Amino acid sequence: MAAVLESLLREEVSVAAAVRWIARSAQSSEVTAPTRPQAWPESAFRDDPGEAAALSSLRPLRKEFVPFLLNFLREQSSRVLPQGPPTPAKAPGSSAALPGRPGGPPRGGRGARSQLFPPTEPSSTAAAEAPSARRGGRRRGPGPGRERGGRGSGGLEEGVSGESSPWAGGRRPRGSGSPGSPSLARSDPPNLSNLEEFPPVGSVPPGPAGTKPSRRINPTPVSEERSLSKPKTCFTSPPINCVPSSQSSVPDTSPWGHGLPPGCRSLQEEREMLRKERSKQLQQSPTPACPTSESGSPLPSRTGNLTAEPADPARVSSRQRLELIALIYSSCIAENLVPNLFLELFFVLQLLTARRMVATKESDLEPIPGALDSLESPLFQSVHDCVFFAVQVLEHQFQVLSYLDKGTLKLLAENERLLCFSPALQGRLRAAYEGSVAKVSLAMPPSAQAVSFQPETDNRANFSSDRAFHTFKKQRDVFFEVLREWEDRHEEPGWDFEKGLGSRIRAMMGQLSAACSHSHFVRLFQKQLLQMCQSPSGTGGTVLGEAPDVLSMLGADKLGRLRRLQERLVAPQSSGGPCPPPTFPGCQGFFRDFILSASSFQFNQHLMDSLSLKIRELNSLALPQPEPSDEDGESDVDWQGERRQFAMVLLSLRLLAKFLGFVAFLPYRGPEPPPTRELQDSILALRSQVPPALDVRALLQQGLRARRAVLTVPWLVEFLSLADHIVPLLDYYRSIFTLLLHLHRSLVLSKESEGEMCFLNKLLLLAVLGWLFQIPTVPEDLFFLEEGQLDTFEVDTVTSEQGLDGMPVVDQHLLYTCCPYIGELRKLLASWVSGSSGRSGGFVRKITPTTTTGLGAQPPRTTQGLQAQLAQAFFHNQPPSLRRTVEFVAERIGSNCVKHIKATLVADLVRQAESLLQEQLVTQGQEGGDPAQLLEILCSQLCPHGAQALTRGREFCQKKSPGAVRALLPEETPAAVLSSAENIAVGLATEKACAWLSANITALIRREVKAAVSRTLRAQGPEPAARGERRGCSRACEHHAPLPSHLISEIKDVLALAVGPRDPEEGVSPEHLEQLLGQLGQTLRCRQFLCPPAEQHLAKCSVELASLLVADQIPVLGPPVQHRLERGQARRLLHMLLSLWKDDFQVPVPLQLLLSPRNLGLLADTRPREWDLLLFLLRELVEKGLMGRTEIEACLGSLHDAQWPKDFSEELATLFNPLLAEPHMPEPQLRACELVQTNRGTVLAQS
Amino acid sequence: MILTKAQYDEIAQCLVSVPPTRQSLRKLKQRFPSQSQATLLSIFSQEYQKHIKRTHAKHHTSEAIESYYQRYLNGVGRNGAAPVLLDLANEVDYAPSLMARIILERFLQEHEETPPSKSVINSMLRDPSQIPDGVLANQVYQCIVNDCCYGPLVDCIKHAIGHEHEVLLRDLLLEKSLSFLDEDQLRAKGYDKTPDFILQVPVAVEGHIIHWIESKASFGDECSHHAYLHDQFWSYWNRLFGATWASREMEAACLVPLPDPMVCSRTAVRYLVSSKGKHKSTCHAGILSISGPDARGLLGPSPCL
Repeated sequence: MAAVLESLLREEVSVAAAVRWIARSAQSSEVTAPTRPQAWPESAFRDDPGEAAALSSLRPLRKEFVPFLLNFLREQSSRVLPQGPPTPAKAPGSSAALPGRPGGPPRGGRGARSQLFPPTEPSSTAAAEAPSARRGGRRRGPGPGRERGGRGSGGLEEGVSGESSPWAGGRRPRGSGSPGSPSLARSDPPNLSNLEEFPPVGSVPPGPAGTKPSRRINPTPVSEERSLSKPKTCFTSPPINCVPSSQSSVPDTSPWGHGLPPGCRSLQEEREMLRKERSKQLQQSPTPACPTSESGSPLPSRTGNLTAEPADPARVSSRQRLELIALIYSSCIAENLVPNLFLELFFVLQLLTARRMVATKESDLEPIPGALDSLESPLFQSVHDCVFFAVQVLEHQFQVLSYLDKGTLKLLAENERLLCFSPALQGRLRAAYEGSVAKVSLAMPPSAQAVSFQPETDNRANFSSDRAFHTFKKQRDVFFEVLREWEDRHEEPGWDFEKGLGSRIRAMMGQLSAACSHSHFVRLFQKQLLQMCQSPSGTGGTVLGEAPDVLSMLGADKLGRLRRLQERLVAPQSSGGPCPPPTFPGCQGFFRDFILSASSFQFNQHLMDSLSLKIRELNSLALPQPEPSDEDGESDVDWQGERRQFAMVLLSLRLLAKFLGFVAFLPYRGPEPPPTRELQDSILALRSQVPPALDVRALLQQGLRARRAVLTVPWLVEFLSLADHIVPLLDYYRSIFTLLLHLHRSLVLSKESEGEMCFLNKLLLLAVLGWLFQIPTVPEDLFFLEEGQLDTFEVDTVTSEQGLDGMPVVDQHLLYTCCPYIGELRKLLASWVSGSSGRSGGFVRKITPTTTTGLGAQPPRTTQGLQAQLAQAFFHNQPPSLRRTVEFVAERIGSNCVKHIKATLVADLVRQAESLLQEQLVTQGQEGGDPAQLLEILCSQLCPHGAQALTRGREFCQKKSPGAVRALLPEETPAAVLSSAENIAVGLATEKACAWLSANITALIRREVKAAVSRTLRAQGPEPAARGERRGCSRACEHHAPLPSHLISEIKDVLALAVGPRDPEEGVSPEHLEQLLGQLGQTLRCRQFLCPPAEQHLAKCSVELASLLVADQIPVLGPPVQHRLERGQARRLLHMLLSLWKDDFQVPVPLQLLLSPRNLGLLADTRPREWDLLLFLLRELVEKGLMGRTEIEACLGSLHDAQWPKDFSEELATLFNPLLAEPHMPEPQLRACELVQTNRGTVLAQS
Repeated sequence: MILTKAQYDEIAQCLVSVPPTRQSLRKLKQRFPSQSQATLLSIFSQEYQKHIKRTHAKHHTSEAIESYYQRYLNGVGRNGAAPVLLDLANEVDYAPSLMARIILERFLQEHEETPPSKSVINSMLRDPSQIPDGVLANQVYQCIVNDCCYGPLVDCIKHAIGHEHEVLLRDLLLEKSLSFLDEDQLRAKGYDKTPDFILQVPVAVEGHIIHWIESKASFGDECSHHAYLHDQFWSYWNRLFGATWASREMEAACLVPLPDPMVCSRTAVRYLVSSKGKHKSTCHAGILSISGPDARGLLGPSPCL
């Protein structure tokens, strides 16, 4: 392979020919000639027979050229970016170019990736194949007892971490502490200096792709050398002008750059010192988690005196060679022959911002004139070379750069090196910056709320039983409780999801038994997921963010600035390098952990079903149609809406697909690929039998055919990114990858012709696909497939219809939201500007408010038929907003129509049913017969009337729709358009309403009548006395009566006072009692605040009060401290009570209590006994008809059961016989004391 | 009427180990003349309930029950007319009504074949005339009418207050022409858990958006807030009812009922939580309770939330 490069360098072969040659290996030969970058000389496009000959001999090596080139560049740059730049590439090594390394088998050659720097370190292969090293996550691996394959935030990364190591790890000896070694990782004590395992507070845990083993501090001997003040051993870097020796060249932050020098005595000691040093640095710079900051360049702020070496165009060593390689490299990028466009850009920017060269030879600093054509001499001999090369490549890639966000453009345009090497490019960038409106904010608005109760689906009627309904009710509460707890605590150190919530979640899942409940819960889960995580950037903010509250307390003028500040604080510091592995940031982590903790098969299945359904639904959602470009600004407004809707749908789809992928591949996910070929084959045989959870291939093919790749591919990538290691090897998925690969190759950015995909759409697809190709589970050889496997693509896309792909649906904001790792470019540049990268991780300068409107309801699909086609044609020529308006109106009016029918026609029928029922009840007597039978009779009479519903519905739609359409469309809409729109709206609304009504009206009537019948029968039923007789307060009542609670409380106090114990000075005045009874009367007459229990208690208390009056037990407050109530007063009060009982109480008054043993006992207690009040009361009761004689008799009869003293019983008998015998007694003439005069001692005490 | 955290604390402080009797309440009223009886009673009741929750178990050991019963028997043996049971309750620092229940249960166990059912006991407590023993009936009745924190009468009063305030609240909403759905209407729509009222059109009160209102008609101390939050409010939030619950400072510090200027000049009161010296609203999602200064002066000017 090197031969090809060399022949290029010797100019035996032109670059254009070479690129064609390479491209042909990847694509079928009829592919259009690559558009040439501006720098290409015309002559480069001549096909030279000599060239062809030179190249044809190398034919078998063709496909290995690009990987070779990438490896070559990485290798060459190793001295500039000694810390192991975070530019991983999964280019398989070009075996032919690597002596001593036979090419591995095309499948499963996991070691290939490590060949980025192959000659130095074969052991890196082993490291790469030890992905079980558990360092990826924040959480330490769980105990071995419980299989938690993907548990914790580290779950996914676990399988990943080791694999991305080689690009950095390959060049250094793996010391004993290498985290890539699983056994050591486990046995080692926690390494506090490891930033992945112990990330600094507040930092976003970096994905392994960004952090890698490079983070790990390799032992560097310090103590001895430090005492000698040798620069190499100092933690401060050498002085600027000091020529670094081979050992000392590494800045302090990158001790891993070089091997362990011999003579290191105590690694333990060294580690200890390193750790201390590191912790000091951590305190100085709070966000070292950003990989670029850590490893990208030396940090002057930390080291004090290290500044970047100035780059000088005049000192570039081998211009021509660099130009050539830059050209061929750029061409490969332009032709999408490299797996990941942005990774290459990142690499180039790293070269641009390289601080200084690590010199290895003395001659390095001088150009070697004779070595131009040779690969033997280093490509980059100085920083000047690097910058020159980078600027060359950037010039070729200007177009892509110009589409980046404004912040990145600004940083690029302001880069002094760039200005120095290519003022022209700088000028173009500046112009692009000034013209750009692509402000991108990396922060996300907090958006989540709880899913609201949905009466339509969460109704009791949708549950099989009351129990299921109530179970779901409880589950909803538990779910939100768990969610809130997670929110409050998940950032606390030491908090563990499983430990904290696992058992509660499982207990909750355990209650879900019926399939129906599962589907209810899954619906809630999915809705909440969408609601919380859908916000742009997909990470979700704080769910119940307090911040807005704080902000809103301040004035509006400060608000903007504070928002910006807040944004900077909450924006993710790093997305984990330019190729982060799939993670579940923010709220997504909750849902992932929930699924894992629940570990419920049923739940997962229901969730997959539900996710698949929703994905299909959203994927086929009718999104904006191509719009004839309008002359006015109106379409612009519409277009914003379209874009927003597209973004919402796309983000939702990505989220759903990610979780679908997560759940679907969960059972298969393991930390590493199968160790042997045999095992792998047997797994493959087995897995190929399993049907996919969702037929994504069909959806992808559909999407490509309908030119909706820009919608389908991003979510598909999310889905595939969570696949396990076996998946890409399965035929089904392999064919998907092939399709994607084809798509990738076809997305040549420089091609801009009619019917092509929009630039940003392409860029999005390239970004997500490039990312996918770097996912650890995707085999690295997949990208560089044999040409034979790539035939079946072109046919599919040949469609005339313009789909989404051709519309500018993607903007920079969406691009950066979907691919936050593109932001790494900006961070890299910013770190160059600031000199110290790590400190200000976010670099968020611009604020773009984003809204999270819900997904629009799916527009109803029109039915077949000419009319429908006409309508379609009509809409086709109108702005999409018209169609949306009409569909919206139709949908609403249709729905309102149903409600209207329910409120009018059905309500009328129900009233009829009620009156019919009343008649029935009158004729058949109180019982009325069997309710079911009654219902049948009524329904048979009433349901036929339901037919009217359709007529009325039609009228309703006819009447209401046109007005609504008219109100919503611009006034200037032409009359013909307006009337057509109105007619279509009427038609659609009628269709919708009538469809529903004809299907459901009978059932609806039945249900309502049934409810009415049971209501009527219930009202008829148990307590006819209480019903109907209850009066409200009079019309004139102003509800100023005392509150019942107050009265009960007052009466209770009187009772307590009477019963005692009381203080000597305590008592009530007769006036107070009278007033109390007066108030009682008021309250009873004004029934506003009265509820039956209160009235019952009032009744009972009034009876108790009467008993106390009769027994003369109420202590009266008066001039002589305490005395008895006067007879007359007592009678007056009793009269008041009698009238209350008779006229005002509407509940039964428990008058029999007057004759209860306990209350009569009160009487027995008084001395001398006075019976006249009791007799008076009883007579009045009889007279007023409040109690019958027989009732009194019964009460007195039961009194005999009680144990009274003999004389008391005698007295009773003597007293009551005349009362009971004679209907009318005049005023009582006898006093008890006259009847029986013996003193009887304490009756109560004897009983 | 604002009750500051300090005032509340002062009142609560006075209520440590005070028997729940008329006399205690009277003293409390003398001590805090500016507070209404309703407020004081509500705080008293809640503080006392906390106290009872803490000590409940120790009065229900079989040894304790036995010893109480013996003391009761001895006491009425000496003098059946004396307030034996009430004194016993006050002496051992337990609610008289609850003491009455213990003794009644024990009494019935002794005198009847089968252990008494809860409903029988409850019915006897509601109407002590049903208690077969006259002396015990009197003792029990005395306990019940003298207990201002527990017992059937107190329960009824609380229930009545709750009902009244719902009615007041409804009147208020009608008076202010705020359109709302009440609990019954919501139930009819199929909601499983509902607050008292959901406003059909949310209103803003002091910059906070109010979506639903739950009347609690009891004093809102931290404890009861926690309990209600757990039992009810979160459930409402979980069903959201259109609210954005923006603040979760519930757990913070003290609860300050404030008269609400917008929704109701007359009676509604909102809670504010004072947190580290700053007031933060707790009730973005709804007025948690209303009550308070009643125009007619019957309840007095202070809230009984």
